[in-house]
Amino acid sequence: MSSPADSAIPYTVQPRYDTGLYNAKLGIWLFLASEVMLFGALFSSYILLRTGAPEWPRGASILSVPLGAFNTALLISSSLTMLLSWTALRMKDFKKFKLLLGITILLAIVFLGVKAYEYSTKFEHHYFPSKSTYLAIYFTMTGLHALHIIGGIIVNTYMWGPGSKMWKTDPERFTNRIEIAGLYWHFVDLVWLFLFPMLYLL
Amino acid sequence: MSEHDHHEGHHVHPELPFWQKYIFSQDHKIIGIQYGITALFFLLFGFFLMLLMRWQLAFPGEPLPIIGKWFGENNMPGGIMLPEFYNQLGAMHGTIMVFLGVVPLAVGAFGNYVVPLQIGAPDMAFPKLNMASYWAYFAGGCVMLASFFVPGGAASSGWTSYPPLANIATQGQTWWLFGMVLLITSSLLGSINTITTIFQLRVPGLTFFRLPFFVWAQLVTAFLLLLAFPPLEAAGVMQLMDRLFNTSFFMPSGLVVSGQPLEISGGGSVLLWQHLFWFLAHPEVYVLILPAMGIVTEIITNNTRKPLNGYKMMIYSIIFLGFMSFIVWAHHMFLTGMGTAISAFFQATTMIISIPSIVILSYMFITLWGGSIRFNTPMLFALAFLPMFGIGGLTGLPLGISAADIHLHDTYYVIAHFHYIVAPGTIFALFAGIYYWFPKATGRHMNELLGKIHFWPSLICMNIIFMPMFIQGLAGVSRRLYDGGASYDFAHNVMPLNQLSTYGAWGLTVAQIPFIFNFFWSIFKGKKAASNNPWQATTLEWAAPNCPPHGNFEKPLKVYRGPYEYSVPGSKKDYSPQFEENS
Repeated sequence: MSSPADSAIPYTVQPRYDTGLYNAKLGIWLFLASEVMLFGALFSSYILLRTGAPEWPRGASILSVPLGAFNTALLISSSLTMLLSWTALRMKDFKKFKLLLGITILLAIVFLGVKAYEYSTKFEHHYFPSKSTYLAIYFTMTGLHALHIIGGIIVNTYMWGPGSKMWKTDPERFTNRIEIAGLYWHFVDLVWLFLFPMLYLL
Repeated sequence: MSEHDHHEGHHVHPELPFWQKYIFSQDHKIIGIQYGITALFFLLFGFFLMLLMRWQLAFPGEPLPIIGKWFGENNMPGGIMLPEFYNQLGAMHGTIMVFLGVVPLAVGAFGNYVVPLQIGAPDMAFPKLNMASYWAYFAGGCVMLASFFVPGGAASSGWTSYPPLANIATQGQTWWLFGMVLLITSSLLGSINTITTIFQLRVPGLTFFRLPFFVWAQLVTAFLLLLAFPPLEAAGVMQLMDRLFNTSFFMPSGLVVSGQPLEISGGGSVLLWQHLFWFLAHPEVYVLILPAMGIVTEIITNNTRKPLNGYKMMIYSIIFLGFMSFIVWAHHMFLTGMGTAISAFFQATTMIISIPSIVILSYMFITLWGGSIRFNTPMLFALAFLPMFGIGGLTGLPLGISAADIHLHDTYYVIAHFHYIVAPGTIFALFAGIYYWFPKATGRHMNELLGKIHFWPSLICMNIIFMPMFIQGLAGVSRRLYDGGASYDFAHNVMPLNQLSTYGAWGLTVAQIPFIFNFFWSIFKGKKAASNNPWQATTLEWAAPNCPPHGNFEKPLKVYRGPYEYSVPGSKKDYSPQFEENS
């Protein structure tokens, strides 16, 4: 599928002299800017709904704070391993990269498992999104966040598996790709760092 | 996609099969043309929806002859339009014209085709994303069209989809939301691509203050799309949750529908939707107008043979306009009871944002001064843009003043105001762009005589359609009445104007026939362009060969000067292209 013009497009790997960025890095930052607006709108909605509500449940009375804290620790660790996998590539240590990216993916899968367990216990107690505005925003925001986690797992698994063949043909570009995937992953992590206190603690 | 056949003879890439070259293409020019053809189709489709509405408004309750029975017993029994069907037409006319017609044509088609050429790039920065962007748009369009055939018909809560009405509407609204998610994805991919392309792929020498104004307009537009659309996506997700999972994001407590209390948890806010919607939809207005300003600027400087007056000031203005457009949204909501302090703030920002628009428009007028103007078809459309946009813009000011808005809100005055901006404004600019860049895309000119036959009746009919609406609106006629005001006594004085508008719309229909014929005829039979630069223009797209091959330019380019150096004293010819060292 690669078109013949692919090679003719400049700055796909090397940074441009005046912007100091290669194309995909600018692209991912722009994408993340739009993601900030997406989640920003939801956070604003949360504030507007909560300030307008006569009563609002404390998150800890419905959700399990230990499980949430455990998930937070998982995501922070996965961000660290993601970063280290990129530095491993920069050090030309492909085996270490495979290991660290593999751990990142596993941590993300465990996160989703815990999230699924949390959802199912809520459903058992008939805590559905339709029950209250608090639960509606809880399920909407964590659900959207979980979709982002799934997206990250798909990308990282591709980079770990078939995508890693590029290491042999174009190591510099492959390293860039991991950097890009990492930026996205850190963002997903960061969103959770806001979601956890907002939904579980406040 | 046989309409792209004309490219075949000029540059053949045997390595790419037909479906990859013309259908799932990654070439920005093919994608631009795909966007253009699809958007023109949707413009025509949205226009036909409006013609149906105009029949009902001019002759309320009378059966539509001949074609009336084609629409089925559920919509037009015996050819007489039902109110529900009228509401569908209204909502879908707005949605299709804005999200599937004008924006894809202005941003998807012209942005894709012209921006890489004007900055000397071989393609967009991310060709695959570009292809994905088009196909997401295409899928979104299909979902919107399909929604007419689901039980209960298409979305009928207006293009603004205000809850709680939209939350309890028929299934069509869910389709509308899914369609919008696809369209938002498309514009997100497109805007990331445009910004990256403009930042990264400029040829050497093309600094930011040597970029053509059109590129600046597309850059600011892309930022608006990038940052304003996601909140609507969030709002769309919440409305989907409300509709599919029975949540109450936008549903206040105590709602009663048809005498039955709704079984919902309540506690939501209808104003929340309006804030999120207009946070997108006001920048969206500038998405509609900025590319048009860019096109008009290119054509006016080219045909006055003068440098653009106030080039830098126009750039500062358009950046300021972009920033300000994010903090004016609640002027759509003066009557919602959100409070006078908030109204005062948004009234002030609304007055401020009119300043850069007027700066830009004034510089366009001043550029005409003392020029030896060539009145070709693109220039006629570009010139008509100026007063039409002027009328549309200035009539917007009373709407931005919260006291005056009490009277004018949601009347035909609003319809007239923004249609003057978008229809004889933006759409005329887009026509101008089609006539202007047609030789670059096909190697042939569109016919000048047919172009003038297209232009003059279109200009006259546009005014016949929309000018009476100002009068109706000042008389207080609401924009959402399916009988055009027949059931209100106070509206009877201005009711005959409905028929005048409708005759104007019929005239406008006829006036588009020469354009459609000209468009297809000229691809094959139009006058051949005399050179790669038939308009004797200065910007980089004219350095590329006509019907540019994959990769666009035959030799490496370098830029030596600003974008609009026309009639430079001491120069041998009256234009000094950016890409020529000595001229």
